[in-house]
Amino acid sequence: MINLPILPILIPLVSAVLLLFLSKRVYAQRVVSVAASFATVIAAAVVLMKVKTDGIQTVDMGSWPAPFGITLVSDMLSILLVLTSSVITLCVVIYSFRSIGSGREAFYYYPIVQFLLVGVNGSFTTGDIFNLFVFFEIMLMSSYVLIVIGGTKAQLQESIKYILINVISSAIFVIAVGFLYSVTGSLNMAHISARLTDIGGEPIVTVLALLFLIVFGLKGGIFPLYFWLPGSYAAPPAPVLALFGALLTKVGVYAILRTYTLFFYHDQPFTHDILSLLALLTMIAGSVGALAYKDVKQILIYNIVIAVGVLLFGIAIMTEESIAGTLFYFIHDMIIKAALFMLGGIMVWITGTSKMDKMGGLIRQYPALGWTFLTASFALAGIPPLSGFIGKLLIVRAGFESGEYVGAIVVLLSSLAVLYSVVTLFMEVFWKKPKLPQLHAKKQTSSLFLPAAALVVLSVLYGVGTEAVYPYVMQAVEALIHPEIYIDAVLKE
Amino acid sequence: MKTNDVIFQTVAKVVFFMIIFFAVHLFFAGHYYPGGGFVGGLLTSGAIVLLLLAFDIKTVRHGFPLDFKWLIGLGLLFSVGTAAGSLLFNVPFFTHAYNYFQLPLFGKTSLHTAMLFDLGVYLVVIGVTMTIIQTIGESE
Repeated sequence: MINLPILPILIPLVSAVLLLFLSKRVYAQRVVSVAASFATVIAAAVVLMKVKTDGIQTVDMGSWPAPFGITLVSDMLSILLVLTSSVITLCVVIYSFRSIGSGREAFYYYPIVQFLLVGVNGSFTTGDIFNLFVFFEIMLMSSYVLIVIGGTKAQLQESIKYILINVISSAIFVIAVGFLYSVTGSLNMAHISARLTDIGGEPIVTVLALLFLIVFGLKGGIFPLYFWLPGSYAAPPAPVLALFGALLTKVGVYAILRTYTLFFYHDQPFTHDILSLLALLTMIAGSVGALAYKDVKQILIYNIVIAVGVLLFGIAIMTEESIAGTLFYFIHDMIIKAALFMLGGIMVWITGTSKMDKMGGLIRQYPALGWTFLTASFALAGIPPLSGFIGKLLIVRAGFESGEYVGAIVVLLSSLAVLYSVVTLFMEVFWKKPKLPQLHAKKQTSSLFLPAAALVVLSVLYGVGTEAVYPYVMQAVEALIHPEIYIDAVLKE
Repeated sequence: MKTNDVIFQTVAKVVFFMIIFFAVHLFFAGHYYPGGGFVGGLLTSGAIVLLLLAFDIKTVRHGFPLDFKWLIGLGLLFSVGTAAGSLLFNVPFFTHAYNYFQLPLFGKTSLHTAMLFDLGVYLVVIGVTMTIIQTIGESE
């Protein structure tokens, strides 16, 4: 079937439309959204196997040949990310049953989650720069709804900031695409890449590279542009936060990775130096935030910023090894961030506060939750058998090999900051004496705990089974390092 | 004091149909002339808004006894269905089909599946516009 790469976008879209009709029947909504998310995971896995055996899959929408119509391109990078985000959405949907509350459930929560998945999967899959913008907007509009749904005071305040920032960055995106179109005369990414190679080192291309960096940096939360992120992400409830933390910023990083490997690799001494400088500052800013706060949500949110910095540093070095490390770390970070936010949500739900110094002693009543959280923390920091290790190892090694000593050392130190912040969290919340023992009698948490634990198990398997994942990642790296492979697959020359 | 807008209401009843017909004309003209689903849908909801101004929300809801949010879903279903129909024929997604038909009243007419997609756009635009206006109008 030639339409396979469509399915991970089409299934959530159709299910979102069906869910619009079921808005008052909460039980039916749950059944449909779990079935649809599960089907999306299956479809993504099928496409993954297809890409593994047959190489890059493309579909020309409406049978129009490549540079003229919109082309959807599933290369190994995008299908790996699509699979990861589908799995995360499945877990978050199951987690939402207990935690999101019946008021939100009856007000289009589930269809909006599916629309968010449409936007994310579409952004990963598309091969057209303007179509990327459209899928960004689908994702962002769903996120606007998710951030404000429920209508508490904090959500209303933060959604205004969030929408304002994203409207501005979307406007810059349109302007940047306009410039790019006037320089190259094409919107198809492969075609743009071929044209830019002909143009070569014109300074306007470097200007465009920075303009796109500003746009995707605003979406992805890199150093001077991450200021909106801590406040906005603290407002929505835990399952929404898990979706945001795992998917939204990563789409921005993916867009940087795609444009900087496919379009803007001609003036590397300038663009990639800026990239690595910003990456360092992002890691430092994130570490400062993660160490400064005494709040479960804020600590985890600043860990997103650190991870974005690490990924950016991997992209900036641009050797085969560093890109491989970036991909390993990318997938690991999506899974582990979703798991951590879900576990953090359970902790907040049990104690009724997100302030670290008001919690304590949870390990007596919730041992499984505690040890799972510790495992996830170690995985986040990159302790060897777990999933965060191999990605950071490759990035740091590539950093030392290409002479970026400061950067590599900052990556290592930031791991220390990550480890310190989450282990402090673990000690404060799970050890110590219970501060207010009578406040929390034991609550039933298994339905919340299972999807989160499933993600942690997945991340452990990912870490232990690196050898099995390796060929997939290397196939993706191959296409990123040699853009000709991508261009040939799309333009079929 | 209740104002008497008998002139406004009578004119609105007539003009409503003129706007609707113009909207349908624009909708069908979309393939060969300026127009299409988006502007047609906007104009149709414009006609309904005129009724909302002349009468009140209750009366208009009595005249159009449907939840406009359903129109959004229905329209999306049309558009996605048209695009996904290509899955059945194993051609790339969104591939359209068209042909010329000899219809009884119209003579030789070209029918194109893009029109079904446009119908989806038309319904979504009406649904979204009316949902926005009714929701804002009702909230105190």
